[in-house]
Amino acid sequence: MEWVQQLVNGISLGSIYALIALGYTMVYGIIKLINFAHGDVFMIGAFIGFYAISGWGLGFFPALLLAMVVCAIFGVLIERIAYKRLRNATRIAALITAIGVSLLIEYSVIYFRGAQPEAYPDVLSKSTFNFLGAQISAQSIMILSVSLSLMIILQFIVHKTKIGKAMRAVSHDVEAARLMGINVDNTISATFAIGSALAGAAGVIFGVYYTKIDPLMGVIPGVKAFVAAVLGGIGIIPGAMAGGMVLGVVESIVSALGFSLWRDAAAFVILILILIFRPSGIFGKNTREKV
Amino acid sequence: MLKVNDINVFYGNIQALKGVSLEVNEGEIVTLIGANGAGKSTLLKTLSGLLKPKQGTIEYLGSSIAGKQAQSIVKAGISHVPEGRRVFANMTVEENLELGAYLRKDKDGIAKDLQRVFELFPRLLERRKQQSGTLSGGEQQMLAMGRAIMAKPKLLLLDEPSMGLAPLMVKTIFSIVKEINKEGTTILLVEQNAHMALSVADRAYVIETGRVVLSGTAKELKETEQVKAAYLGGL
Ligand SMILES: Nc1ncnc2c1ncn2[C@@H]1O[C@H](COP(=O)(O)OP(=O)(O)OP(=O)(O)O)[C@@H](O)[C@H]1O
Ligand SMILES: [Mg+2]
Repeated sequence: MEWVQQLVNGISLGSIYALIALGYTMVYGIIKLINFAHGDVFMIGAFIGFYAISGWGLGFFPALLLAMVVCAIFGVLIERIAYKRLRNATRIAALITAIGVSLLIEYSVIYFRGAQPEAYPDVLSKSTFNFLGAQISAQSIMILSVSLSLMIILQFIVHKTKIGKAMRAVSHDVEAARLMGINVDNTISATFAIGSALAGAAGVIFGVYYTKIDPLMGVIPGVKAFVAAVLGGIGIIPGAMAGGMVLGVVESIVSALGFSLWRDAAAFVILILILIFRPSGIFGKNTREKV
Repeated sequence: MLKVNDINVFYGNIQALKGVSLEVNEGEIVTLIGANGAGKSTLLKTLSGLLKPKQGTIEYLGSSIAGKQAQSIVKAGISHVPEGRRVFANMTVEENLELGAYLRKDKDGIAKDLQRVFELFPRLLERRKQQSGTLSGGEQQMLAMGRAIMAKPKLLLLDEPSMGLAPLMVKTIFSIVKEINKEGTTILLVEQNAHMALSVADRAYVIETGRVVLSGTAKELKETEQVKAAYLGGL
């Protein structure tokens, strides 16, 4: 049952895209910035996990947690240092800055440790089991459950906690949020922290799953996660989750049909189609730009 | 309670308030009337910390609040119901009300005030789980006011609560404004509906192109030729 296997692969890959896409969409939702450096936070997470596992001998979960914490701090630093002062600048200025931050992170990492790739150590069981006649790896199930748990935790934070409600308020109307006494700066920082932590987790998961990491590894998954976010409707959290999953599954299907060389193109075809036919995304309402 | 003294407020190079002074005493309803673009909303935004005056002083309960962060002004007891309601449309009625109490920690007090809001606005109780974006204009106005009350303000700033509402709803809103005031909240009410505003207010100011041009008791102003001609439609 080749198909079941491909589907499981697609969903695992999709959950990685979804984790990255969440950060894009949350940051866009709150400050209307496409944070192009987000894919690089994912890369940093992968490296933190790598050093934690192979250097310090940590297990998967402690390494995951460490990567998330470090990336959260890193994300907040990026926001405070590079983006905060641009809050009232033009969008294009902020966008160019984001691209600059992205390049800075990538080439700083290359400067300090070189560009050579690293092989991720095995931390999860390599065993497989039979499901509907397909060989499913325990690893992919593990990865999927970790990703899903993180998304459930995120939903809880956004909907049930005070900071989550503040995040939704600020993303809807900054001025009205101020009138409630919400500290907008802190709320934006919290958004970066959460989004970056998820990207960090995605980095570790990616490393474990694909076993090879390098300083430019964030570029392609970053772009694809961005497509996933647009596909779901940028700024909409469930949209990012669904968009990531759809993209992962579509890519696996394209591979399964024997067009693996076209796999990366699939994302861009989707992006073009969505921009033509439904620019507000699957979950987005087709509203006109508010004045 | 509130003493605004000679403030100037700018948007870039455009001066929106030119030496505005006014006073609100504890327990009063004071109304500020004026035409479109006169600077009414600008004044309220300056009081609630969304804008900073370039010059002048704002004294509230004996301390200066000019240029302070919105957050500390809310904490000090000033709530602002902005023009156009600005409810969080993507959240339920209940979540909006919870956000109104964002800075408060007294759980019991919050629960009590939620009860009070639902007594003042029974419609909100029926719709507590409804997305607030789907409320009617009048209901959104009620929600915006309820949300402000949840902060337990001593001074409530209302920016055109009657805007876009049917006459019956306007009446309801104004009678609730009076009730809130009776229960001890001081009110600064911005209105274009001068007739209604002057009928509930104790005192009034008239603002034109960034300057206060008239002030007095509501009764006096109602009789002034200038106000009659410009704001009461010659009634
Ligand atoms: N964000 C802004 N940038 C530049 N100018 C502004 C801005 N907001 C208001 N103004 C200007 O400041 C002046 C006062 O505006 P304000 O909104 O305070 O008027 P208002 O009395 O509340 O009018 P309305 O009854 O229409 O609400 C107007 O001339 C307006 O054009
Ligand atoms: Mg106004």
